[in-house]
Formats: sequence, structure tokens, C-alpha cells
Amino acid sequence: MDWINAIVQGTLLGGLYALFAAGLSLIFGVMRLVNIAHGDLIVLAAYLGLTVTAALSMNPFVALILVVPLMAGFGYVLQRGVLNWTLGDDILPPLLVTFGLSVIIQNALLEGYSADPQKLSAGSIEVASANIAGLAVGYLPLVMFLTAVLVIAGLQWIFYATALGRAFRAVSDNQDIAQLMGLNRRHVFGLAMALSLAVTAIAGIFLGVRTSFDPATGPARLIFGFEAVIIGGLGNLWGTLAGGVILGMAQSIGAQINPGWQILAGHIAFLIILAVRPRGLFPRMDG
Amino acid sequence: MSEILGLSGVCKSYGAIVVADSLTFSLRQGEALGVIGPNGAGKTTMFNLITGTVAASSGRVQYNGRDVTHDSAAKRCRAGMARSFQVPQPFGHMTVFENAMVAATQGANLKGREAESTCLDVLDQTGLLDKANAVAGKLALLDRKRLELTRALCAKPKLLLLDEIAGGLTEEECHLLVETIKAIHGTGMSIIWIEHVVHALLKVVERLIVIDFGKMIAEGDPASVMESREVKEIYLGIEVDA
Repeated sequence: MDWINAIVQGTLLGGLYALFAAGLSLIFGVMRLVNIAHGDLIVLAAYLGLTVTAALSMNPFVALILVVPLMAGFGYVLQRGVLNWTLGDDILPPLLVTFGLSVIIQNALLEGYSADPQKLSAGSIEVASANIAGLAVGYLPLVMFLTAVLVIAGLQWIFYATALGRAFRAVSDNQDIAQLMGLNRRHVFGLAMALSLAVTAIAGIFLGVRTSFDPATGPARLIFGFEAVIIGGLGNLWGTLAGGVILGMAQSIGAQINPGWQILAGHIAFLIILAVRPRGLFPRMDG
Repeated sequence: MSEILGLSGVCKSYGAIVVADSLTFSLRQGEALGVIGPNGAGKTTMFNLITGTVAASSGRVQYNGRDVTHDSAAKRCRAGMARSFQVPQPFGHMTVFENAMVAATQGANLKGREAESTCLDVLDQTGLLDKANAVAGKLALLDRKRLELTRALCAKPKLLLLDEIAGGLTEEECHLLVETIKAIHGTGMSIIWIEHVVHALLKVVERLIVIDFGKMIAEGDPASVMESREVKEIYLGIEVDA
């Protein structure tokens, strides 16, 4: 029973990792930008949630109403103001600039909020659980997982059924031709980053409700996000969800064997999959 | 009739290499202009300068009564310029219909049903309707060329620029395409068409210009331009009166 419990908990945890990964995957897909600051942006969203909940004494989930548009707006400005200038034939400038951004965000958070671990308090939902076939399934992990599924489904819908999604895919396919079709690449990239950080905002709030966080928490979230994207296969959003679930499951099975092995087990699962299927489990077929 | 496009003294050079040398000509509303010239003469460069993918070193591009020399490619597209590429460049991961929809929603700024029905009409006209849901990257050459034309038309252009759209096609395929282009021109569309397949070109255009080494070397009525000494010497590589 413990093992089944580990698998179920791991699967639900995978929802959070998929939320970490979705924004990362979206940005890489649309503009081939590897956002090293993604983990720190997740933490930034968590701190933003902290400030909003404290200032307006709101539930963190209600605070999403403010945090999501704030992060999206920040994403658009960041893209148009900074990141667009780094994009070109060379992949190094965006890596360096987002790495620098990561350092800046961490230090700004340290300056503004100190190094003390913080936590968002969502009230009784954090500990409430349902008894399903003898397993105690927490409401919070369940909500987290369902949110991840909804977010992925929403992104999938945007990508394949709306004019904005076609614009993303057209620019991803061939930037120059897309320009000639009347698309403003810089604006489209700005919208993609806005969407990415909107998802990041959700991920950040869930992160903050689930565990404590401090300004240095970001890089590890970035690694989990990367691993989920690569396990699932680049360019496949549902694959990213599967990648998150596999990573979460591996971690929670590892923890079941030995509590110290949780993180290690996730990395080992990632390495094994990378060795066997270098393009991930579900790469985009037409790639 | 009024002028839709006017180039005056448009130059482009990369260092010492001049690829467009003081190009000056105009296109009347509803006119079909043919462009010929040897490989590397600067014909495609001229299209790049007109559509704004390449910025002119000097000179002016007038479109629809406005100076567009410094406008971006995207802005010129939304103002009604559309082009097809010599080497077809579809959005390979998207379906034929989605390719068309990008042009209709972004280029022509159409929404929802209106965009969809425009795309379906154009696909019908260009003969791609039965392949609307095929992935564009998997199309054969004729269909890729048709898709280039489709995408250009879905942007609801006032000026259509065709770059060697008949190249590489069989006689029969070429004939089908010429008929389509004739029909489009028949609706009053202004067209500039670069083409090596001269007999196809001559079925549609009313005027012809010849470009060599970035320079316009002949212009006028297609029949007399084809008979001119410049064309025979430079374009066809025959020494006249040698």
C-alpha cells in the first residue's frame, strides 16, 4: 500500500513540475530561447503572492487574480525591453542574459525579503484530504494536478485553435516569412513571454502554498522544469505533463526507498530516459 | 489609372557589391508587369527591397501614394503587399489551411468566420481545397507553389509579387498555374511576376522589364523587349552583331 501511495503522491506532485515546465517549454518552442531565469521567476511569483496576500489579507489562490496579470505584464515588458534584443543566430546571448537575470532576481529578492524561508498560507486545504480506496489523497496536490491538466489543455487549445496560437507556431516555424505575413515578431514574442509568465505565476503560488521558499529556491525548480520538458519530448505539451508525472513519481518512489534519495531518484530517472530516448518519450512527430 | 507602386533610384549594395543599381519604375493599378534577367541579376533582391525584408541603401519606395521606404515588412504586408517565394517556404509544421489562416488573420486582419471563408475561397481558386488539412511540409512541388500563391492571396493583397512561381513545374502544371494567375489578374489585381519560364509569363503580363547586374536594362511591351538587342545579348547569352 505504501508503494501505491508513493505512486499516487508522485503523480500528483508531477502536476506541479508540469506547471514549472510548461512556461519553459512554451518559450523554447516559440523563440528557441532557453530561459535560465525561469526558476527564479517562479520564486518571484511566489514572493509577489506573499506581498499581495499580506497586503490585502487574501487567500493565495484569490491572489492569483492579481499575480497572474502582474507576471504576464512583466513578461511582456521583459521580452520587448530586454530579451528581444538578445535573440539572433547565436544562442549564447539569451543564455547569458537570462543567467544574469537569474542572479539579479535572486539578489533583489534577498534584498527585499531577506533570506528567511517564507510560506504562503492557504488555510485548511493544505492539510485536508479525501480517503480514496484506503489512500489519503490531499486536496491540495489534487487541485494542483487538476490545475496542471487544465493549464496544459488551455495552452494546447491556444496553440492549435486560435489566431494567437497560429501566430506562435508560424513565428516558431519561420520568423522571416511570418513577418511577411504581417506578423510583428517582437510583439508575438512579447505575448509568448506574457503567457509563459502567467503560467509561471500559477506555478509560483502553488510552490509557495506547498512548501517554504527562499530567494535561492529558483535554480532547483528550473532543473525540475527542464527535466520534465526533456523527458516528455520537446515541443509536446502533453508530453511535458507526462514528463512532470514521471519525474514526480521517480522522486516519490526514491523517497519511499530511502528518504534521502528523493531528488537523486528523479535525476536518475531523467538520465536513464535521456540515455534510452535522447529526444524524450513523446517528441513532436513532424520535428 | 493611378500608380500603386513606384521605385525611384532604389540602390542596395553590400560593401563593393551592388545588387540593386538605381532601380526606377512604376506599376499602374491593375497592371501585370513581368521581370526577367539572368540568375543573380538582382530580381529577388528587388522583391526584398519592395516588401521590406531588405532595407534600401538609398532611393525611395512609394506604395499606394505613400513613402514606405522605412516601413517594416510586416507593416507593408498589412498595407496590402504579398509575395510568393521562389523556393516555397510554407510553415512546414502547420496544415495548409492553418498556413492560409495565418495570412488571413495577420496579413488581412480578418476574424473568425470571415477569415475561414476567405481561406476556403482562395484554396478553391488555387486548387488546394482537397488538401486543406494536409501538413504543409509534406506537399509536393506544385502544391507548395500553390500554397505560396494561396498564402499571398489570403492576405488580401492589392499588390501581388510572384517569384518564379512556374519554375520547376511540368508543362501541364505550369498551364494550370498560368490559368489561375490570369483569373486573379482578371479581378483587377496588380501583379509583378519574376519568371524564367518566359512563355508562361508572356501569357499574363502587359509590360516587361529586364534586369542585369542590379540594373534595369530594358523596359516596354513584352514582344518588343523580347526582340531587343539587350535581351538577346545579355539574357539569352547570344552575341548580336559580333
